[in-house]
Amino acid sequence: MDYFAQQLINGLVLGSIYGLIAIGYTMVYGIVGMINFAHGDIFMIGGFIALISFLVLVSFGMTAIPVILLIVLLVSMAITALYGWTVERIAYRPLRRSFRLAPMLSAIGMSFVLSNFSQVAQGARVKPVAPIITGGYTLHESADGFVVRLSNIQIVVVLTTVALLLVFTWFVARTRIGRDMRACEQDQTMAALLGVDVDRTISMTFVIGAALAAVAGMMYLLYYGLVDFFMGFVAGIKAFTAAVLGGIGSLPGAMLGGLAIGLIETFWSAYFSVEYKDVAAFSVLIVVLIFLPTGLLGRPEVEKV
Amino acid sequence: MSVTAPEPKVATSSATSAAMSASIAFILKKALISAAVALVLFSLMIGIRTEAGPTGQLIYWTRFGELAALVGAVFGGSIVIELLRQWLGPADTRQLIPPVVQSGLDIAGRLVGPVLLVFTLLVPVIFYDQTYILDLGILVLTYVMLGWGLNIVVGLAGLLDLGYVAFYAVGAYSYALFATTFGLSFWVCLPIAGFLASLWGVMLGFPVLRLRGDYLAIVTLAFGEIIRLVIINWQSLTNGPNGISGIPRPTLFGIPLTADDNGLAARLGIEYSPTHRIVFLFYVILAMALLTNWVTIRLRRLPIGRAWEALREDEVACRALGINTTTTKLTAFATGAMFGGFAGAFFATRQGFISPESFTFQESALVLAIVVLGGMGSQLGVALAALTMIGGFELFRGLEQFRMLVFGLAMVLLMIWRPRGLIGHRAPTVFLKQAQAISSDLVKEGHG
Repeated sequence: MDYFAQQLINGLVLGSIYGLIAIGYTMVYGIVGMINFAHGDIFMIGGFIALISFLVLVSFGMTAIPVILLIVLLVSMAITALYGWTVERIAYRPLRRSFRLAPMLSAIGMSFVLSNFSQVAQGARVKPVAPIITGGYTLHESADGFVVRLSNIQIVVVLTTVALLLVFTWFVARTRIGRDMRACEQDQTMAALLGVDVDRTISMTFVIGAALAAVAGMMYLLYYGLVDFFMGFVAGIKAFTAAVLGGIGSLPGAMLGGLAIGLIETFWSAYFSVEYKDVAAFSVLIVVLIFLPTGLLGRPEVEKV
Repeated sequence: MSVTAPEPKVATSSATSAAMSASIAFILKKALISAAVALVLFSLMIGIRTEAGPTGQLIYWTRFGELAALVGAVFGGSIVIELLRQWLGPADTRQLIPPVVQSGLDIAGRLVGPVLLVFTLLVPVIFYDQTYILDLGILVLTYVMLGWGLNIVVGLAGLLDLGYVAFYAVGAYSYALFATTFGLSFWVCLPIAGFLASLWGVMLGFPVLRLRGDYLAIVTLAFGEIIRLVIINWQSLTNGPNGISGIPRPTLFGIPLTADDNGLAARLGIEYSPTHRIVFLFYVILAMALLTNWVTIRLRRLPIGRAWEALREDEVACRALGINTTTTKLTAFATGAMFGGFAGAFFATRQGFISPESFTFQESALVLAIVVLGGMGSQLGVALAALTMIGGFELFRGLEQFRMLVFGLAMVLLMIWRPRGLIGHRAPTVFLKQAQAISSDLVKEGHG
């Protein structure tokens, strides 16, 4: 039981990270109707920028960890958001009215560009950092000595995710840009006729998605203590799996799907085999799509003749 | 009464100079914005380089020189691009070409296929001494074959498959395992590899029958990854990440192409040269690729091929007309997968060594890029696209680390330049009196 509880905690933390990335996929899919293959690599870039800005701040002699982390968070969100904007501007906007496969291939190309850019710029080797947030609480200790621990970093990851989700939900539901985004999702032509700047709204979607991915990248860095140029690919596929699992286009669905994928992966590694954890996550995707083609919270697609 | 229009002539020169300076200001402003964006983007990623130091602690050093050079390059580059854009303008290229040249181009276009085929047949003769070119030719032909195979699934049936490399892997591993475990020859294993791959095609096709569009894309991608992960982790069968080595080379109807006494060279009474085997492999893959092409062309004229294309155009109408969409989709997956399996078996026998590293998502993306760049359904286009992509890829062999970066950029730029591929039209499957080329814009890409 204790083992189960510990895995539950680990799974929820991992799921929060996937959920943050999945929101970016699902938002872009909802508005533009394309898989943003480069999103996983945006997440990777976010991790790298967090790492570099952290190193620089520490070498400047800053010691207050919370202040450093806050600055790192803001810097990596801002720069990664600009990456998201640039990717949309270069690779997707010229193909807005094109046929479906063109933006998809352009996105795959962009994903190669980003991951290889960071390989060329920062080298292929894994970048480790010493644990930044240490310590934690012992929740329960069983008779045979197994300890259920909740570390501080896990608390930070989950709290950050929850706080961001609250801000983000408020943003989509209450602000002008959020309303524009929802309008564009329903009908771009109508939104344009009513004075919504569709291009700007789509850019904003990419910017927000990238900023959330940057947070996920930073959380990944803090939680696992390493980044490398290839981490975006697998994390990206899993986050997309999460988005599809939750019903693509649905924001709560993305978070739910992220948690589900995180839990499945953690429990599979804990009880079966670590090697096949990705296989388990992908198999779940296939099984869910067979029985629930629109995902957990997705709207059924109406077939028009 | 009459409203006299203001005299325009006086203003012309000053207006043009004003427009000129306005456009210069516009170009400069755009270039400055691009440079500013580049400065922010590259500030940390290029300006600062991190690496694990000797103690394991991360250290960093600055590279502001490179940063400045890159930002300068972006500034200059965006000026050049903007100038080119204004100079070329939005003119339609078709109008720039006079009709005589256009008709000449049409005739040349019709001749490209046969000329290319004859040239390919003669490649081993012309370049007999240059093993490098022969090896490159084999590589290009392998991708031509993969492209033609995937074309059946994506181009004809309109089913978006991002996991095509899985079938390539199944083919390669079936041949490698059958050959190294049971000592079966290449020609016996080739049909087995194709059969197993098409079996996997059906196994993938069955669950995804109800899926459409991007859902199908992501499931096929996941499927490709599952196959790769299983190959990596099933150590007892596949030897895991270390791969399988010592895969036997193909023989010419049982005659090995070696320096032995019973080798081909000895039997023919000529001097043995390692090039013989390369030339042989070249013709084997050429024959296999042409077989793929021929089967595709023939299938397009059979009911099943027409059903594939009808499925791509409109699935609902297909069902209404009594076409069994289940078998149509499954046969498309199986046929495409079979050719992928053949190509995989060839890959294994050519390399003599295979490992999971050869079957990553990058390969799937590359083959898909070849199909889309080739114009989705145009056989000649796929061949030209494979030549362009693989040839271009080879140019960067010396700059190994920039290779994928340039490949990705090329994919993006090619899509922006020609979203409909190099060959923007298709030959119709059915016609009344005369076959006329159909613009690709009129061809649907399918729901699935």
